[in-house]
Amino acid sequence: MKLTLKIWRQKSPKDEGKFETYQLDNASQDMTFLEMLDAMNEKLISEDKDPVAFEHDCREGICGSCAMMINGKPHGPGKEITTCQLNMKAFKDGDTIMVEPWRTNSFPIIKDLVVDRSAFEKIMEAGGFIDVDVAAVPDANAYPVEKHKAEEAFDAAECIGCGACVAACKNSSAMLFVAAKVSQYALLPQGKIEGVQRAWNMLMKMDELGFGSCANTGACETECPKGISLAHIARLNREFIKAGFTKLAGEKR
Amino acid sequence: MTVLDSKIPEGPLADKWTNHKNSLKLVSPANKKKMEIIMVGTGVAGAAAAASLGQMGYKVKVFCYQDSPRRAHSVAAQGGINASKNYRNDNDSDYRLFYDMLKGGDFRAREANVYRAAEVSNSIIDQLTAQGVPFAREYGGTLATRSFGGVQVSRTFYASGQTGQQVLLGSYTALKRQIAKGNVTMYSRRQMLDIVVKDGQTQGIVCRNLVTGEMERYAAHAVVLATGGYGTIYFLSTLAVNASGAAAYTAYKRGAFFANPSFIQIHPSCIPQLNEYQSKLTLMSESLRNDGRVWVPKEKGDKRKPGDIPVEERDYYLERRYPAFGNLVPRDIASRAAKERCDAGYGVGETGYAVYLDFADAIKAQGKKTIKAKYGNLFDLYQKITGENPYQQPMKIYPAGHYTMGGIWVDYNLMTTVPGLFAIGEANFSDHGANRLGASSLMQGSGDGYFILPYTIGGYLADKIKSKPLSTDDPEFEKVENEAKNKIERLMNIKGNTSPLAFHKKLGKIMWDHAGMARNEEGLKKGLKEVTDLEEEFYKDLKLTGDTSSMNQPLEKALRVAASFEISRLMLRDALNRKESCGAHFREEYQTEDGEAMRNDDQYMYVAAWQYKGDGKEPVLHKEELKFEFVTPTKRSYK
Ligand SMILES: Cc1cc2nc3c(=O)[nH]c(=O)nc-3n(C[C@H](O)[C@H](O)[C@H](O)COP(=O)(O)OP(=O)(O)OC[C@H]3O[C@@H](n4cnc5c(N)ncnc54)[C@H](O)[C@@H]3O)c2cc1C
Ligand code: SF4
Ligand code: FES
Repeated sequence: MKLTLKIWRQKSPKDEGKFETYQLDNASQDMTFLEMLDAMNEKLISEDKDPVAFEHDCREGICGSCAMMINGKPHGPGKEITTCQLNMKAFKDGDTIMVEPWRTNSFPIIKDLVVDRSAFEKIMEAGGFIDVDVAAVPDANAYPVEKHKAEEAFDAAECIGCGACVAACKNSSAMLFVAAKVSQYALLPQGKIEGVQRAWNMLMKMDELGFGSCANTGACETECPKGISLAHIARLNREFIKAGFTKLAGEKR
Repeated sequence: MTVLDSKIPEGPLADKWTNHKNSLKLVSPANKKKMEIIMVGTGVAGAAAAASLGQMGYKVKVFCYQDSPRRAHSVAAQGGINASKNYRNDNDSDYRLFYDMLKGGDFRAREANVYRAAEVSNSIIDQLTAQGVPFAREYGGTLATRSFGGVQVSRTFYASGQTGQQVLLGSYTALKRQIAKGNVTMYSRRQMLDIVVKDGQTQGIVCRNLVTGEMERYAAHAVVLATGGYGTIYFLSTLAVNASGAAAYTAYKRGAFFANPSFIQIHPSCIPQLNEYQSKLTLMSESLRNDGRVWVPKEKGDKRKPGDIPVEERDYYLERRYPAFGNLVPRDIASRAAKERCDAGYGVGETGYAVYLDFADAIKAQGKKTIKAKYGNLFDLYQKITGENPYQQPMKIYPAGHYTMGGIWVDYNLMTTVPGLFAIGEANFSDHGANRLGASSLMQGSGDGYFILPYTIGGYLADKIKSKPLSTDDPEFEKVENEAKNKIERLMNIKGNTSPLAFHKKLGKIMWDHAGMARNEEGLKKGLKEVTDLEEEFYKDLKLTGDTSSMNQPLEKALRVAASFEISRLMLRDALNRKESCGAHFREEYQTEDGEAMRNDDQYMYVAAWQYKGDGKEPVLHKEELKFEFVTPTKRSYK
């Protein structure tokens, strides 16, 4: 099938960047979206042009590398899929497709569709872990976890750190990402102990890094490729309020 | 006489590791602060090791090519992680796990290493659970397990079909904690291009910053490679598409021996290639064979829908050939059996290169809800890719390249033949022999990372406390950096017509055809020639665009492909040398009448370790004889 691709091209972080229009005549509905971009890049190379930079690795929806806005939607059309899982069957011959990077100040553009998501790393370093040393642990069966709680914790832990939630949010909030981690640990006895402090530290870091506050529109949940539920944000808020009440976290800060 | 010293400690099997640990020298806390370690790789092995070493007080620098350590290929592991907890009271033990792995590897691994891997397995589950890994639970709240191929106990811990993600994130968060404490510094978006060796000792690495294109030098007292496997040699594989053996190849060129390069696992249950555009194959976890039954029609070329073929007209060939293990035979056996049926004309699907993995009986017996709880996300993944609903019709699967048992040769301390250069996780060759059992790689990588390397590296560093790392201004750093720069310039200046992706595809086809599931002398020799011809073409006709002073993804790829030619040749040579069939290495000339692998213990009971002798020169083979003191190698039978 024939496609018209409008792709954001930006040489470097400082470059202004603009949309370029390309024609691709040999696309197929059998391709995945990234295979289509591969074909596009092969064509650009053959024309002595710089291929479009985009991130990808696992190509099966689990590493969280791939990240782009396709026709204005994070990871494109389709529910609960990443860009690498998007099939070209979602498009038809003659379509024009707009492809651009995540648009948020917290994720500066590096090149073309590649953005710098290191702000997520900083949030994780602020408290996205359980404070436990290697080898200083009890037997794994020492603390039973109710099956449904373990499953809920797993649902939260499925977050792949792609950043679609931020890209989807009109305030560029990272609430769903933070909530997923806080909630996973809050549901487990191992993680509960520092739950309140963790919520405080991660949220403060999120603020500091310039992510906006939760807009309560649920756009993040709709666009999240892993279906991370808004219920986790509610749990995060509860932990955060506790932190405020006890002032414990505030003092430690 | 061989120059290889495996440094296996004396004493009874079960005491070796404890005795060895007790004899290892320690580095005092004050000195640890002065000792610098470079960790290349952030998969289950690298992340765990960096976290562990950081906690101990070493100064650690960690590198990965992705934007975040959380994206390492380990994240894609699905089915589970083994441990000999015996939580099911099915008479499991360290010994049994050890024996299963050793037998699964067709007696081509070291007893002592494998036993140690089993011995530390339980601590891994404890560690990960404490770090908040949400493993599956029973109703009573204790940890659940399931069975994997090649074993008769239930010892595989799991988190739905995303165990690798959860195990990696567990170690990633431990790494984050050490980064927050300032013990570990993270360098992501770096491609390690070379290793600096001077005065017979590892001194550091040279990397390309993937954002700025700049060359960077880093010095340390020791370098650890946790850079994963080279399964992408086939182009289409279950690995992350940017995974490669390029880092291991660099180590090889700098003097580290490469062991058993031809031992590469072809996983039996992957979604078959659907079209010519495909860039990767997706695994359907081995855990599915717990409940799924593998079959093909009894009639050649039977084109009826699977549901229309009555049970009597189906050939459940694994159950027929291997009644003791049935659908849960090890991977090499299941893969070959699928190939045999398809080559004989019984395959299904459009191409005839697929077999059914059928859940109808399991759904009938256990209900859809139970099956969904066990494998829901795998079924969804399958449906997303193929558009077919595995609750209603059987999956179609076919083998694909998956895991490299071969890798950098290491001694019992996980040190390579280059002093101060260590290798852990899939990058080394140590624990899986000629075939890896399911759920044992996350285990080995985590074990190496958390509990083995952090002790053994101390033994090396204890003698180095008086020395500082080499200055990065040293002429040796200069030289290595220039070599890397020249290599890049050379590639950029070829200005031919073919992209690195196109070369990778061609190489993959050669390797799959000649060094895939079945090998023979003629094909392997042909493969050697074809790889060398292709390499020549590569240096004449490669085309790269863009520049070297900013992000240039095709250049990154070209550097990986350039390394793959030599790895391919090593694989082919090693496969030619090994005139026997063992594990995943199947030489058609050496098989029994009923098509089973025919091992030759008299002549090939050794690890084949290859030494680099210069570009264009034949590498030299060193043999590490495998001694079996505690078990008697038997004919591997799953019948
Ligand atoms: C689809 C799939 C499913 C699997 N399922 C299971 C399972 O259920 N159970 C199990 O036990 N095993 C499983 N495996 C195998 C297992 O996942 C891997 O063997 C294991 O995760 C490898 O871990 P690692 O730490 O050695 O390396 P990897 O996770 O491969 O990490 C390699 C690291 O090295 C870095 N790196 C590599 N080269 C360079 C370079 N040149 N410069 C800088 N950095 C570099 C990368 O950035 C990355 O951080 C599966 C494998 C696949 C493909
Ligand atoms: S919460 Fe969802 S959208 Fe946000 S980073 Fe995680 S997986 Fe991506
Ligand atoms: S490439 Fe890994 S999630 Fe898309």
